[in-house]
Amino acid sequence: MSKQKIIPIGPYHPLQEEPEYFKLYCEGENVVDIEWETGYNHRGIEKLAEEKTFEQVFFLVERICGICSTSHPFAFANCMEEIGKVEIPDRAKYIRSIIGELERLHSHLLWVGLAGHFLGYDTVFMWAWKYREPVLDLFEIISGNRNSYAMFTIGGVRRDIEKSKFPKIREELEGLKKKIDLLTGAVMDDPVIHARTKGVGVMTREDIIDYAAVGPTARASGVEIDVRRDDPYAAYDLVDWKVITSPEGDVFAKAKVRLLEMYESVKIIEQCLDKMEKLEEGNIQTKVWEIPEGIGMGHAEAPRGEVFHFVKTDGSNSPVRHKIRAPSYVNIATFKKSCVGQTISDAAISLAAVDPCYCCTERMAVAYDSSTGKRILSGDELIKHSQARTRELKKNML
Amino acid sequence: MENNPFIEEIKNRFAEKIVEVTEHNPLRITLTIDPASLTVLAGVFLSEKNFRFIIASGLHTKKGFEILYHFSNDSEGHVINVHVVLPHENPVVDSLTKLLSGAEWIEREIHELLGIEFKGHPNMVPLISEGNWPEGTYPYRKDFKS
Repeated sequence: MSKQKIIPIGPYHPLQEEPEYFKLYCEGENVVDIEWETGYNHRGIEKLAEEKTFEQVFFLVERICGICSTSHPFAFANCMEEIGKVEIPDRAKYIRSIIGELERLHSHLLWVGLAGHFLGYDTVFMWAWKYREPVLDLFEIISGNRNSYAMFTIGGVRRDIEKSKFPKIREELEGLKKKIDLLTGAVMDDPVIHARTKGVGVMTREDIIDYAAVGPTARASGVEIDVRRDDPYAAYDLVDWKVITSPEGDVFAKAKVRLLEMYESVKIIEQCLDKMEKLEEGNIQTKVWEIPEGIGMGHAEAPRGEVFHFVKTDGSNSPVRHKIRAPSYVNIATFKKSCVGQTISDAAISLAAVDPCYCCTERMAVAYDSSTGKRILSGDELIKHSQARTRELKKNML
Repeated sequence: MENNPFIEEIKNRFAEKIVEVTEHNPLRITLTIDPASLTVLAGVFLSEKNFRFIIASGLHTKKGFEILYHFSNDSEGHVINVHVVLPHENPVVDSLTKLLSGAEWIEREIHELLGIEFKGHPNMVPLISEGNWPEGTYPYRKDFKS
């Protein structure tokens, strides 16, 4: 047996956008085992949620993830409406689905770009990110923000999409379809991408079930699960669309599933707009006066898979316990299957293939001294420290 | 609840192990069970019924430590909670890692945040604190002072 070497990736590494530490145990070029350390991003959001009112929790959970910022408020809204037995207006259902699908579009485009970048195909990266911009512009038109849209609340949405904005949305979607065609062509027909991704990082159906993986990661291994269809919420049972699956389980299948899902997202948004034309403007929220004691389990299909929120309430206006499970939490654990047996160069794309989101996986910036157990810095102190540092830097610049 | 054959079957098969059945709505059901039969019941859900393990939520309440194991029946859209209540002193429960690898992380997390022991867990090391929290500090316990 040859000698094992450890190749460290992270905690801070150009391959990753977020801090995470992977130890690849290698024999020569081959990865024989993998271990990881998490915790670099843990923010204690579940604990913090217990000190906020339900209305404030929406803004808090929206900040769990910067990319799929609506998926957490979506699941939280489903959860709270389940406890309060709230029925939301149809117009709010369509608006929720439009926001959810626009988010899927921009998130999948982001992934396609990054996947191209990891493979050394930077043209795809530049195209995908360029074509993602109009989607973010649409968000700006609808919500006023390119990210963190603050659209959701208990009982509906906080902002209507007026009819006057429909033509612009339709025009951008029409343009986007052509761009997805182009990207799909660039990925599906490229022999180099085939060579780099087919048969790489294969996850079998059994692996997916064993790790309870979700989203495109599961669907690309032939596991047909999608919360939008299985436990319909918002307007997903009022429009026509289909769940995309592929049986191969390799990186190529994951790319294929994501690319084809984008067409479904466009289809959903167009149908939602058609149906909204017939509905009265402004009827977007059911007033909810109180949330009774109880527990709620709300889930929503985020771009990376199922987001799950569990909330226990006691009749007051804040949660007693709020548990959040982001899709990457279960998807990242599958690396043990997808990376072992690969070469080091293929491990990178296998790691990227589940579209890992670390800020979702972990959610306290309180530093303790490990020897004495004493708290070194609190959250406020860290902010003050950071502000003082910025002032100092500015002074030096002048 | 009569119109849910699955729950009726489970109730008949495991009558003495189920403490309480709560139906929150037709798609959301909680089964409170004797902690000693957790792995048996979870095994039935996962292998016979093809349920998917979503996650487990650990809570610290007046009753003691509670864990809700959330399972999803994707073909019907159900979320079924398997609920166990553990004592304040020395809370121990069997690990589900023998049944599925997907339970490994969450058991490590619950152990770290609430101090619940999972019997038979293969790798009980801290998941999120990297071991830099003092020994015996469990931030999600209600008596925790920051």
